Amino acid sequence: MTRESRDTEITKAAGAGATAAVRGRKKRKNKENKTRTVRANTLLNDHPNPHYANNKIKTTKYTLLSFLPKNLFEQFHRFANVYFVFIALLNFVPVVNAFQPELALAPVVFILSVTAIKDLWEDYRRHRSDTEINHMDCLVYSSMERRYVEKYWKEVQVGDFIRLRCNEILPADVLLLSSSDPDRLCHIETATLDGETNLKQRQVVRSFLDLDCEFDPFKYHSVIECEKPNNDLNRFRGYIVHRSGRRDVLCKENLLLRGCTIRNTEEAVGIVIYAGHETKAMLNNNGPRYKRSKLERQMNVDVFWCVIILLVICSFAAVGHGLWMFQYGDKRPVFDVLSPQGTNLSPIMSAIYLFLTLIIVFQVLIPISLFVSIEIVKICQVYLIHQDMDLYDEETDSHLQCRALNITEDLGQMQYIFSDKTGTLTENKMVFRRCTVAGVEYSHDANARRLAMYQEMDSEEEECMSHGGTLPRRESVTSHQSARVVLRSQSTKSHRRTGSRAEAKRASILSKHTAFSSPMEKDITPDPQLLYKVNECSSQMDFMRFHSQPMSQLSSDLSDIIDFFIALTICNTVVVSSPNQPRHKVRMRFELKSPVKTIEDFIKRFTPSRLTSGSNSSSSSSLITNRSSNKGCSSLLSSPSAESTLTKLHEEQSSHLEPTFSPVPPCYDGKASWNLEEGELRYEAESPDEAALVYAARAYKCSLVGRLPDQVTVELPHLGKLSFELLHTLGFDSTRKRMSVVVKHPLTDQITVYTKGADSVIMDLLKPLDTGKRQKKIICRTQNYLNLYAADGLRTLCIAKKILSKEEYACWLQCHLEAETAIQGREELLFQSALRLETNLQLLGATGVEDRLQDGVPETVAALRRAGLQIWVLTGDKQETAVNIAYACKLLDPEEEMLTLNADSQEACALLLEESLHYIQAKFLCSSADQAAKAFHTNFVPCEINSSSSLSSHNTSPFLVHRLGLVIDGRTLAYALDKTLEDKFLEVARSCRSVLCCRSTPLQKSMVVKLVRNKLKVMTLAIGDGANDVSMIQVADVGVGISGQEGMQAVMASDFALPRFRYLQKLLLVHGHWCYSRLANMILYFFYKNAMFVALLFWYQFYCGFSGSAMIDQWYLIFFNLMFSAFPQLVTGTLDKDVSAETLQRLPQLYVNGQNSEEYKPYMFWMNMIDAFYQSLVCFFIPYFAYADSDVDLFTWGTPITTLALFTILLHLGIETKTWTWMNWLSIIFSITLFFTVALCYNASCPTCFSPSNPYWTMQRQLQEPLFYLLCLITPVTALLPRPFGVQMCNNYYNGTN
Amino acid sequence: MVKEELSTENRPDNTAFTQQRLPAWQPILSAGIIIPGFVLIGLAFIGIGVALLVTSQSIQVMEIDYTGVDQGSPCFKCTDSTVSNCKCEIEFTIDKLFEGPVFFYYGLSNYFQNYRKYGASKDASQLSGDLDYFTSPATECDPYIKDNNDKPIVPCGSIANSMFNDSFVLSRLINGAKEVVPLDGKGISWWTDYNVKYRNPSITPLKNAFNGTVKPINWPRPAYELDTSDPANNGFINQDFLVWMRRAALPNFRKLYRRITEGNYADGLPAGDYSLEITYNYPVLSFDGRKKVVFSNVSWMGGKNEFLGIAYLVIGSLCVIMSIVMLIVYAKFKFPDED
Repeated sequence: MTRESRDTEITKAAGAGATAAVRGRKKRKNKENKTRTVRANTLLNDHPNPHYANNKIKTTKYTLLSFLPKNLFEQFHRFANVYFVFIALLNFVPVVNAFQPELALAPVVFILSVTAIKDLWEDYRRHRSDTEINHMDCLVYSSMERRYVEKYWKEVQVGDFIRLRCNEILPADVLLLSSSDPDRLCHIETATLDGETNLKQRQVVRSFLDLDCEFDPFKYHSVIECEKPNNDLNRFRGYIVHRSGRRDVLCKENLLLRGCTIRNTEEAVGIVIYAGHETKAMLNNNGPRYKRSKLERQMNVDVFWCVIILLVICSFAAVGHGLWMFQYGDKRPVFDVLSPQGTNLSPIMSAIYLFLTLIIVFQVLIPISLFVSIEIVKICQVYLIHQDMDLYDEETDSHLQCRALNITEDLGQMQYIFSDKTGTLTENKMVFRRCTVAGVEYSHDANARRLAMYQEMDSEEEECMSHGGTLPRRESVTSHQSARVVLRSQSTKSHRRTGSRAEAKRASILSKHTAFSSPMEKDITPDPQLLYKVNECSSQMDFMRFHSQPMSQLSSDLSDIIDFFIALTICNTVVVSSPNQPRHKVRMRFELKSPVKTIEDFIKRFTPSRLTSGSNSSSSSSLITNRSSNKGCSSLLSSPSAESTLTKLHEEQSSHLEPTFSPVPPCYDGKASWNLEEGELRYEAESPDEAALVYAARAYKCSLVGRLPDQVTVELPHLGKLSFELLHTLGFDSTRKRMSVVVKHPLTDQITVYTKGADSVIMDLLKPLDTGKRQKKIICRTQNYLNLYAADGLRTLCIAKKILSKEEYACWLQCHLEAETAIQGREELLFQSALRLETNLQLLGATGVEDRLQDGVPETVAALRRAGLQIWVLTGDKQETAVNIAYACKLLDPEEEMLTLNADSQEACALLLEESLHYIQAKFLCSSADQAAKAFHTNFVPCEINSSSSLSSHNTSPFLVHRLGLVIDGRTLAYALDKTLEDKFLEVARSCRSVLCCRSTPLQKSMVVKLVRNKLKVMTLAIGDGANDVSMIQVADVGVGISGQEGMQAVMASDFALPRFRYLQKLLLVHGHWCYSRLANMILYFFYKNAMFVALLFWYQFYCGFSGSAMIDQWYLIFFNLMFSAFPQLVTGTLDKDVSAETLQRLPQLYVNGQNSEEYKPYMFWMNMIDAFYQSLVCFFIPYFAYADSDVDLFTWGTPITTLALFTILLHLGIETKTWTWMNWLSIIFSITLFFTVALCYNASCPTCFSPSNPYWTMQRQLQEPLFYLLCLITPVTALLPRPFGVQMCNNYYNGTN
Repeated sequence: MVKEELSTENRPDNTAFTQQRLPAWQPILSAGIIIPGFVLIGLAFIGIGVALLVTSQSIQVMEIDYTGVDQGSPCFKCTDSTVSNCKCEIEFTIDKLFEGPVFFYYGLSNYFQNYRKYGASKDASQLSGDLDYFTSPATECDPYIKDNNDKPIVPCGSIANSMFNDSFVLSRLINGAKEVVPLDGKGISWWTDYNVKYRNPSITPLKNAFNGTVKPINWPRPAYELDTSDPANNGFINQDFLVWMRRAALPNFRKLYRRITEGNYADGLPAGDYSLEITYNYPVLSFDGRKKVVFSNVSWMGGKNEFLGIAYLVIGSLCVIMSIVMLIVYAKFKFPDED
């Protein structure tokens, strides 16, 4: 790639001694803190890099010894735990203790140990996987034995030499020193790191390029200096210093990262640079994210209220106790007990002591088990969401992943959705649709028909499958994350076995994952007119070349066409792989020459005397390099026969390959066989756009047949295979929005820059308009067509070229190399350098690539909108494209008005916003009053919500949402997001039904989300698939990643990862609703339950002189929450369905419930508290009066109260439970059985223990009493009577108003 | 084969549980279920209520307060705490046969046996006859562990110390002559208390077990001499002691004193005049307490208690009324035209 640059760098490093000395000093200064030095382990007998981490990984948090203290320490970070421990410890103070101190420790110990066991189990699993990974084998060079020996991964040290074989996984970050590949390349697959499945090339370190024979570690005497371990996967900087003092640059192209898989390379040798935890992969590994959900925030407010209630009732009782003591004055009653010292406590002191005692007795009011229960329920919910078949994507064998474990219920409360467009709403599968070259449009009608047919076929196929029942299983799809090696070759076998349509579909499904090659994307039908022109052009060129005429004689239209296709073919980073082995690069080299090393070399080689470069003119004379054996160096087979064998091979293959499913004959002229033969080359592209263009060019017989770091080979009609010397590649980046290649054209021998990029950018970089009439016309026309394409929803790219003179290039190269080697601000310098090259371009043409909508997107959008969700689309695409897609997915309605905000300045933007606001107010003022009246009527009935307009969201916002769309472009957005305008912008935006932000940068995306979230105080969800969505995903309350074509960055940052956009519907409407309503109800129930239980004790204080006495035995008190009443609510919290999944999906309006937090409103907490107080009054006073004036003893009276409370609480849950499965029944029966079993055992176990209650035989006696059963019958009924009555009355009322 | 598995590796299990399709019963609280349900519950409750009320009506109770607050009352003289060994006598008349077996209770009001510290003030191990705890009682008994001479108190603690020590002699007045009604003091405590929970040390004579200990401060006699008439009814298994040790739940309580089951009175107390001779020892006026004696017979549901019967009747009727209200409301909204 940038080989030349490094050549010069080296010469410079060697030559410019003075600067090197300065730099060296600087570097020594930095050495301690900024760099790491790696020496080979063969150099010295002892380990030369001792202070670097070895390759043993340990992701466990604890060791056996540290587990207890460390885990406890972590758990005490939660305030509730500290509180409960404090209360338990309070029990050890004799003056205030309420329970047996040991017993009081039980609940908190239980809670802590449940969490500890969970942590321990997780840690154990990590430990097991660590051990497994640590014990994987790899070949490490042993200086003792002078050969490579098998070692465990964990034994690998920094500085070790490692030999890697094909399909092996890299054990550490390794600097590539040698490769069996003749081009000194090594291919890796980085799927485990970033999920990208295409092959990436890595290069041997420059100074080892020329090594003719196998790499010998003993001859290695260099020292590597590189940066400290960091987590940036895309950056690696360093130097290798040789013994001679020569220094070579190291860059990320030299580094093989841990976790990647070696592909396509027989053998490679490298030196370990970073090992174990210092590898980039491990540094990138961060665990699941912890967010706090809205519901939990709300809950914490009520926990706070509980604390207040607790303090109030404790103070009340303490004052009561003080007064009670006071009334006796100095006359101590016989039942009063003096303090241990025999002194009398003053009423005030005893009130203070009592306050503390009561805090212990009433501690249950703060629900100790609530936090644990919520955690358990959430884990179950996550499990159930994981398991949903409807969220499982058959095609990619991926299902929903919940990466954040504790915000499931937030899914049910979303109000705004911010969506990316490409890859999220659309497939991100690019299909070439049409193009314009030199101002002439080629409409590709046949291609459009073909695409339409695919669409039809897809739908037929689906019908077919739904009738047929079982879907044929795919033969092979590999999972993204698993690090295991899969034999890729098998997947293509199935791909070739084509026959039925189903098979074709299967093949396309399969290829979707492994490479970019479904027939729909590959088999472009060329436009006959353009095809004719291409043919004509190339035959003319062939003719001219034959007659040694200069190429400039070619008409500019025709030369533009051929340049256009050459640009399509070579201006990319597509790797070619052979058809039968998709992971094997096609190895064709037409000219073997040593790469350019120095400027002199470069100048020498580009002297005009060399008219045609090498032997690249015809295919017959080309050389084919084939690797014959592993050992030794690459051998050359330079005979025509070799070529013919290869051709034969291709023919053999193509005879197996019946044309898969091609609705239109793939070729228009008679050269069908040619197309087929070469057509089976596979292209692996980093972005689908690139592949689409390469396939499009191939349809015009301009096929990319090979790519090497310094050379691209293209096959052109008539001209045969041409190899372009690749001088430079300026990769695509999102700020430049373009990429360029610098090549030496083999026919004209000119240095040509081909640039491909977003139209807005390219148009600005073109040569000034006054240069030529023709060019002006082309630009004008192309711009028209671009607008047309965008209106069709196509993604547009402009192609341009520029011819450089040798001098210009040399000059630029000089600067560029400086930029490349700069240490400080390298990125900025490189950007400037690229800018210098990519100016004064000549426009060739433009392409329109279609990005198809994903299945079910319009339906999903419609459903989500009916659910009251506001959907904003934030995209980097241009306005017209975005608007079009928005129409296609029903985000914008053709019937509704659209506000478009495009402003050039801050003032203009302010004015525009002001105007729009006035417009909205003026237009909708009268009708909004109307609508408001309607809303008032309709909203009374919970079920009937006007679905056509999103009235439903009015409950929360005072604004009305109009049937209005807002479109804003990136530049205006930047103005609108300014502090002074953001409120106004928000005001306009929130009153629109849909908002579309085009041309927005990742930062803007996140700013928009942040603005809406913070200013409107709404719940936001961001969904996206690419790296550009990461910031927005992180900012939103819930981030959803689409595990699509664009790698895993979005997924890594997300809370939930979905395979397709349409699954969002079920995730939000069904699972979100369920999770929210389950948890909300469970939390309310928890508060109710604890309050009801504590209130029983509180009422008793009035009858025991506020002395903190409890009629409920301490065991029941402590285990009531923890055991007796714990299970049913967990089951209900996990499984209850207030509305069935079908209904929720059919009536998205039901989602409003969660948006407005209707299941858990602040007043509901108080309602539940009142209910709890009422129920506790009933449960207390019915037994009170039933036993009044009798000889009942304390615990004989308390036992029925406990039982009653349990029955009431369980029955209450029963009324709250909407669906009863066997698990609900079981849990309730289990709870009751457990209570009686424990009570009976406990009451029979020890006659003298459990002071002060000594409940020996109490329960047994109670069970013989008829009174007990009479109480058990009437009390729960009385306590729960108001509920169904109230519900029924409300129902009647609602039915009545209906 | 391996391929096949790989390809569906992530496929979720298609079970009713994981797909959340467990068969479920959905109780719908519709009018059709609620209203008849309420009627049924209401009727059943009314039935139970009537039965309870009838049972409760048949129970006879007679309470006599003998605290002596009024100057005119016979026991007023005993309220002066300086008087010791005070006896007073109360006469009362029974109009009709008080059916047996008659239970003879003493009752205390405003007496907080459920006071928290009071309740903890005992030593269960000591009371189960463990001699180790005779010499060093549990700290819970504080401040009634040791006396001023540092001798351990047995039984220790506040509950034992405050044991009720009034005694009663019930006589029937037949033509001016007193006929003592025999009182049965056996089996008035819980069987488990008498047989399992409380044990005397297995030392005979029992007195020796208490060597080196002192009686509770308020007690006139040590524990092994609680019942001078019956040597077997002494120590920790004295019936009155056991009854007292079972703490009352509420501040107004009664405790079983004796049963009248013997001799001429096995069928109950015949109509006539009776005299109750009270040995008045227990001071309650200092904390505004009251003392009473209660004669009562019992039914299957325990002592006289009309509350539960009334509660059942009220709740039952409430259910019926609610169901009628719901029916009216339901009908009104369901068939608005007929209104």
